[in-house]
Amino acid sequence: MFGWEFPPKIYGGLAVASYGITKGLSLQGDVETTFCMPKPTGQEEGFLKIVNMSQVPVVWRDVWYDNIKDRFIGHTAEDYYRFRDHLYADFNYLQGLDDMGCIGFAGGYPGNLHEEINNFSIIAGVLARSEQFDLIHAHDWLTYPAGVHAKMVSGKPLCIHVHATDFDRSRGKVNPTVYSIEKNGMDHADCIMCVSELTRQTVINQYHQDPRKCVAMHNAVYPLDEEIRNIVPNKKKGEKVVTYLGRITMQKGPEYFLEAAKRVLERSRNIRFCFAGSGDMMNAMIELAASYGIADRCHFPGFQRGKQVYECYKNSDVFVMPSVSEPFGIAPLEAMQCGCPSIISKQSGCGEILSNVIKVDYWDIDAMADAIYSICQYDALHDYLAEEGIKEVDRITWEKVGLRIRECYNQLIGRGWFDNGEYLNAVKNIK
Amino acid sequence: MMKTICLYFEIHQPIHLKRYRFFDIGTDHYYYDDYENERVINELFEKSYKPALQTMLDMIAENGKAFKVAFSISGVSLELIEQYAPEMLDLLGRLAATGCVEFLAEPYSHGLSSLGNADNFIAETKRQAKKIKQLFGQNPKVFRNSSLIYDDEIGAMVADMGFKGMMVEGAKHILGWKSPHYIYSCAQDSRLSLILRDYKLSDDIGLRFNDASWSEYPLMADKWLSWVASLPEGENVVGIMMELAALGYYQPLSSHILDFLRALPKLAKDMGIQFATPSEVLAKNKPVSPLEVIYPVSWNDEERDTSSMLGNGMQRDAFNKLYDENIVGRILASRDRRIQQDWDRLQATENFRFMTTKNNGMGNYRGIYDSEYDAFTNYMNILGDFLKRVKDMFPDSVENDELNSLYTQIANMGEELNVKDNEISRLRARLKKLGSPEEEVPKEETPAPEKKPEVKKAQAKKTPAKKAPAKQPEKPEAKEAPKKKAPAKKAPAKK
Repeated sequence: MFGWEFPPKIYGGLAVASYGITKGLSLQGDVETTFCMPKPTGQEEGFLKIVNMSQVPVVWRDVWYDNIKDRFIGHTAEDYYRFRDHLYADFNYLQGLDDMGCIGFAGGYPGNLHEEINNFSIIAGVLARSEQFDLIHAHDWLTYPAGVHAKMVSGKPLCIHVHATDFDRSRGKVNPTVYSIEKNGMDHADCIMCVSELTRQTVINQYHQDPRKCVAMHNAVYPLDEEIRNIVPNKKKGEKVVTYLGRITMQKGPEYFLEAAKRVLERSRNIRFCFAGSGDMMNAMIELAASYGIADRCHFPGFQRGKQVYECYKNSDVFVMPSVSEPFGIAPLEAMQCGCPSIISKQSGCGEILSNVIKVDYWDIDAMADAIYSICQYDALHDYLAEEGIKEVDRITWEKVGLRIRECYNQLIGRGWFDNGEYLNAVKNIK
Repeated sequence: MMKTICLYFEIHQPIHLKRYRFFDIGTDHYYYDDYENERVINELFEKSYKPALQTMLDMIAENGKAFKVAFSISGVSLELIEQYAPEMLDLLGRLAATGCVEFLAEPYSHGLSSLGNADNFIAETKRQAKKIKQLFGQNPKVFRNSSLIYDDEIGAMVADMGFKGMMVEGAKHILGWKSPHYIYSCAQDSRLSLILRDYKLSDDIGLRFNDASWSEYPLMADKWLSWVASLPEGENVVGIMMELAALGYYQPLSSHILDFLRALPKLAKDMGIQFATPSEVLAKNKPVSPLEVIYPVSWNDEERDTSSMLGNGMQRDAFNKLYDENIVGRILASRDRRIQQDWDRLQATENFRFMTTKNNGMGNYRGIYDSEYDAFTNYMNILGDFLKRVKDMFPDSVENDELNSLYTQIANMGEELNVKDNEISRLRARLKKLGSPEEEVPKEETPAPEKKPEVKKAQAKKTPAKKAPAKQPEKPEAKEAPKKKAPAKKAPAKK
């Protein structure tokens, strides 16, 4: 499996999804996952094998075992020597090789992202030659080239996981380089897993893929930790808090939220609006709020991490996700876990599997304002959505997603459903 | 004894509310989607009501009045029909004139007042009966509640209003081992007899008729009647109840449902089955035993209870706000016709059914709404505006009882004034007879010559003239009085 992010280091939703999928698969007992990522922290959970792509050699270097054995994060020195036995070309011309013949990664999303993607794919060639595996699974467009390369080398089926497309990120004005990488990955894939039917349709229509190899594979959420469940909300009486949580950027539609806020505040002043997150449109939003004269009711606490996110949900009466185009959007599920009713745009993939949320078109600010107002005003609606929301979201688990992914895997590697007793037992246990 | 089919159709169409945002509260007091209302009623009339009613007229003519049928029409729907499809009133009138059709009473609003507020329930049922009398010349003797909601307490209220019978859903959970094909009596008041709906035979027509996956499809009239005929000895009354829209709308005309209906009377006669209106059924059949119903039943969904209307917290919240005792008292006390009409329309059960979160397996029709939350939000916004209007009519400090007594006082004063007006005109007439040949009107222009009659008149009128202005403002009938009196008052001043 090729991935770019993995908890505990989280940049966005990709890390959470990668974790859920691998964990869901690992629970079946007979799936062994090797997760290749650019720069692990060494604190990843131990249910899967991590390969640190920064420490896979692409050039022969004569290194002593004793000198390097303690330097590895992720895989071991033994793995290193095995990888070194499978070099396939001379990459001495590459910049930034270290003393072990490896290419370093900055991690995250640096400026030279395209170069890193290319390096990632080069290293994947080494891995594909040295490792034994049945199937390749690549997460998000950054790792598609690596997946394609590995498929070319090994001939094993390739499954790619579309967490987002450039059409979502750019409101239709795609970056041609990114598009070509995405399209190439999809063209070579044997199975395309999309996080929602919405994304699946984008893949079919914008990337011209065969509908038969595209499947919608909705995300899920993990049950909350004890620690998070015990957070006591710190709410002021008589005041309601409406929260937007996510990057403040074009894709997420913060301006529609602000317009709705303006309409609500014309009627009722005891509601506060919280824009949690940071992003390129943050300053513009602050200015806009000020020009509407509602800056005293709009709050911009900045980027929230870890526990802060859940505190934010717990302290809110309404969660709003007005995304213009959201492949899935895990945030409303998390909000619902905390008993916070959600309003989401109809252009969000998670709406396909949720029924106890209010769905409005992202551009329909009147409807959005109306929904915000009524949840704040009518306790019956708030309580119903909160209670039923928790029940609903508790039924959406990664275990079930893992089983569906497994079904696809079985088809890809030419195995039927019923030829594996261990697998069937796992199905029984999870259900 | 012959088996008897008691055929009954409900005619009711939701009044669609318009999209009403919270920022309209307090500024916009018109709540209805006129376009949708007109469209729906016209579509229904063309596709279903008109052909169905026409067919029934023909059937009565063809079968020498052997075909009997009963209707109930909610007051709010009658208003819609009057406005958009008056032709239908004509059809119904012709049906009424045949003597083979009985009209039943029901709550005017087609609402849940039987569960919410007894005073209102009685008041609106009476209004509905009055309207039926006006339009079709019949005094309803049998009652049916909105969605056939029934429990013992409702039965007792209906009996108190003087109805002889009531239509009730023959739900398995209230009947147990009993058969729905007998007449039962209300457990709390034996004066009220209950006619039970046979949901199996009713739904065969109303729900499954055009369902090709049904094992009995296609359903023919003789097959259906043979099911009726094969009922055990003694089980004589078969209550077939459904919406009129089932004929032609839910079951399209192309399914030949009207031909099915048309074939019934003749075949029934051959098989020894007769048709009867609810009143006739009640006259011929005596209740076999009381039927105890502790929790309300209705004809909705498989559960046949009120869960599709009051099943979730949102519905109950809306219901409680709507039937708040204080509010209902004020509405009943007020004589404002717009408030009254809005109140009727807001009570209608569909408003609650649109908010259901139940999965009934058939998909929910939600009118103009996307979802149950949308329905709730929109309804609550409108209700918020409506309740505010009701509260604004009278100051908060005034109690409902006080209001009522004030209103009675006003009404009494109005009567008093009427009496006095009559007295005045009587006296005037007598005055004329007594002599003074001069006309009264020209008197004002020429004040000098005739003094004597002027003074007399002024005195005669003085007493009511003084009282009148203080009492009159709310009473339109009394308005004419001060106008008449004004000239009389002027005259002495000029002197």
